[in-house]
Amino acid sequence: MTVTHHAALLPTREPRRLIEPDGQRSGQSETMPDDATLRELYRRMVIGRRFDSQATALTKQGRLAVYPSARGQEACQIGAVTAMAERDWLFPTYRDSMAMASRDINPVEVLTLLRGDWHCGYDPYLHRTAPQCTPLATNTLHGVGLAHAARLAGEDTVSVVLLGDGATSEGDTHEALNIASVWQAPVVFFVQNNGYAISVPLAKQSHAEYLADRGIGYGMPGVLIDGNDAAMVHTAMTEAIDRARSGGGPTLIEALTYRIEAHTNADDASRYRSDSEVTEWLARDPIDRLQKYLQAQGLLDDTAIAELADEAEQRAGRLRSAMNSDPVLDPAELFAHVYQQPTRSLRRQAETLADELAGGAE
Amino acid sequence: MTAVAEQELTMAGALNRALADELREDGRVVVYGEDVGTLGGVFRVTDGLAAEFGEQRVFDSPLAEAGIVGTAIGMAMHGLRPVVEMQFDAFAYPAFEQITSHLAKLHNRSRGRINLPVVIRMPFGGGIGGVEHHCDSSEAYWVHTPGLRVVAPSSASDAYWLLRQAIACDDPVVFFEPKRRYWSKEPIAEQPAADFDRAAIRRGGTDVTLIGYGAMVQTLLETADAAASDGVSAEVIDLRTLSPFDDETVAGSVRRTGRAVVVHEASGFAGFGAEVVARLTEQCFHQLHAPIGRVTGFDIPYPPPMLEAHHLPSVDRILDAIDRLQFDDTVVLP
Repeated sequence: MTVTHHAALLPTREPRRLIEPDGQRSGQSETMPDDATLRELYRRMVIGRRFDSQATALTKQGRLAVYPSARGQEACQIGAVTAMAERDWLFPTYRDSMAMASRDINPVEVLTLLRGDWHCGYDPYLHRTAPQCTPLATNTLHGVGLAHAARLAGEDTVSVVLLGDGATSEGDTHEALNIASVWQAPVVFFVQNNGYAISVPLAKQSHAEYLADRGIGYGMPGVLIDGNDAAMVHTAMTEAIDRARSGGGPTLIEALTYRIEAHTNADDASRYRSDSEVTEWLARDPIDRLQKYLQAQGLLDDTAIAELADEAEQRAGRLRSAMNSDPVLDPAELFAHVYQQPTRSLRRQAETLADELAGGAE
Repeated sequence: MTAVAEQELTMAGALNRALADELREDGRVVVYGEDVGTLGGVFRVTDGLAAEFGEQRVFDSPLAEAGIVGTAIGMAMHGLRPVVEMQFDAFAYPAFEQITSHLAKLHNRSRGRINLPVVIRMPFGGGIGGVEHHCDSSEAYWVHTPGLRVVAPSSASDAYWLLRQAIACDDPVVFFEPKRRYWSKEPIAEQPAADFDRAAIRRGGTDVTLIGYGAMVQTLLETADAAASDGVSAEVIDLRTLSPFDDETVAGSVRRTGRAVVVHEASGFAGFGAEVVARLTEQCFHQLHAPIGRVTGFDIPYPPPMLEAHHLPSVDRILDAIDRLQFDDTVVLP
C-alpha cells in the first residue's frame, strides 16, 4: 500500500470557494458544477429551508418534542447529499434532517425521532441512511465499518459520515479517521463546522487553525471549504467520493458554516453569542448567494423563484397536515425488537403491560 | 479436517476450532481485534486462522476498542458476521458506548430492520496471576443492557459449541471466556450441552443447588465432591447464558432442592448474583428452606496477583456458605 505523506494532504490556507458571498464567481480555479446541478442545489436548499422552518414551527405547536434547526447550513447538507450516488450510505446526526429529506426520505419519517413515536422512522436499507446519531461521533465508526464491508464484498459503495465541530473532540472520531485511513476505507468525513457545540465555541474544542489540518496526521487529505457555498460543497464532495470509490481512501472535509438558530428550540443562544455575529453570517447566506449567482448567469428568473417558493410551501403544508394527526402507537411494540425474538422474560413483561392496558390488573 | 467431536482439546483450542469451522462454513464471518492476526491472539485463540483464511477475513485492527466494536456494527449492517476480540475484559471499557448505545439498541431503534450478528469475545476473570486490568469480571454491566445476549462457557467442549451458537445467533452476543480454564482439556461432545438460551445441570443432587458460570463451574464441581463426603448432595448448574436467564432450569432445580448458593468472581454488591437471588426468591419462596447464599468476590477493585487467592471464591468458602443454609435449623450468622 502506498502511503502519501506530503503537503498535498494539507488543506489550502484559504477556504476553497466557487461563489463569493455577494454572488460573484470567486477568483479560485475550481470546477463549477453544471447548470442543471446548480439549479438543483438551489431548489433543494429552498425546499430544505422551508422544511426546517416548518419543523421549528411544529415544536411551538407541540407536535415535535424538540427540533435542532440547521438553518444556515443548507449548502452543507444539500451539497453533500447531491454528490452521493443512490448506492452510497449516509450516516447523519440529529441536525441533518435537511440532508435526509433531500435523500427522498419521507419528511414525517425524518421527524419520527423528534416527534417521539419511535427512535427511527424510516427503513435504513431503503434509503441507505443509518438511523440518526445522537451520541455524537459514534456514527463515524459505523460508516467506516460499512464501507469496509462493502469493499470486501466487491462493491464500490462509499460512506458519507456527517459530523460537527464538537464531534471532532470525541475519541470515536479519532479512531474512525485512523482506522479508515489504515484500511483505506471508502469514507468521506464531512465536518459541518458551524462554530458551536451547543454553547461551546470552536476555540474551546480545538487549538488547531483548522480541523481539516488533522487529515495529514492520519495520512489522508484534509480539505477546507466555504460551507455556505453549495457549489463548492458539491464539487469537493464529488472529488472526495470519486477518490474513495476508485480506491483512493478516505477524505476529511471541513466546511465552514454557521448555525443561525439556537441549538434547538429549547436553547437560548443569547447566553453565549452576540446578535452581531449572527448578522455577519446572515450576510453570507447560502441560498441568497447561489440565487444571485444564478440570476446573474441568467439561470434563474423571478417566475422560477416564485414557483419554487410555492413548491416549498406546498411541501411544508403537506408536512404540517401529516404531523397534525396523532401517530398510532402500539405499546406491545416496545418488546418486539429488543431481540430477534422476545425472550421468555420479555414475553411475560409484554403480557403484564397488555393486562394493565386491558384493565385486568385493577 | 476431521470432525471435532471426541477430539480432546483445550478450551483455547476448542474456541480456535469453533472459529475455524464458522469461517469455513459461513463466508460472512470475519474475525479481528488486537493481535488476533499474525500473532494469533495473546492467548492463541486465533492461532493460524489468518494464515488459513487470509487477511481479509482474519486481521489485526488498530489498538482501539471503541473502533473495533464501532466498525463491527457497520460491517454487520452490511451483512457480515464479525467476531471481534477484546484482548482483556477491562480493555473493553472504551467500547462501552458502542456496545450499550449502539450494538445493543440498533435493532430496536430501527424497528427490527437492522440486524447486528456481532460476537464480542472477552477473556474474563482472574486466577492466572494477571496484573491489574487483566482480571475483571464485567458481566453485570452487559447483562444490565437490554438487547445484548451474554454467555459464558465453563468447559472446552461447551466453549466450542457455545461459540458456534453465538456466531449463528442474529442478536449481538458478549461471549465471556474464563481465561483460567483456557488450558483445561476435555473431549469435545457431539452436541452442545443445551440450547443456546438454556442452562445445563452439570451434576445432579438433592440437597442444595450450586449456581455459577465460567471458571466457577469447575470450582462448584469440586465443592460438590467435597460436600458429598460431608453427606450433602449438591446439584451444580452451569448457567451458560446469563442473559437471557434460564429461569425454568434454575428455579426448577431450586424448587427440588430447597436450598441454593450463587457463586461468581465479580464483586457482590449489585452483582449478577443479586439478580439470580431475587429471581429465585420471587419464584421459589415457598420451597426455600433458607435464604439463598451468595459467594462472590469482595467489593474491592481486583486485587494484585499475590493477593488474588483471598478474593476468589474457593471450595472452602462455598462449603461454608452451604453450611449456613440451616440444614439443622440453627441460624448461624456469617
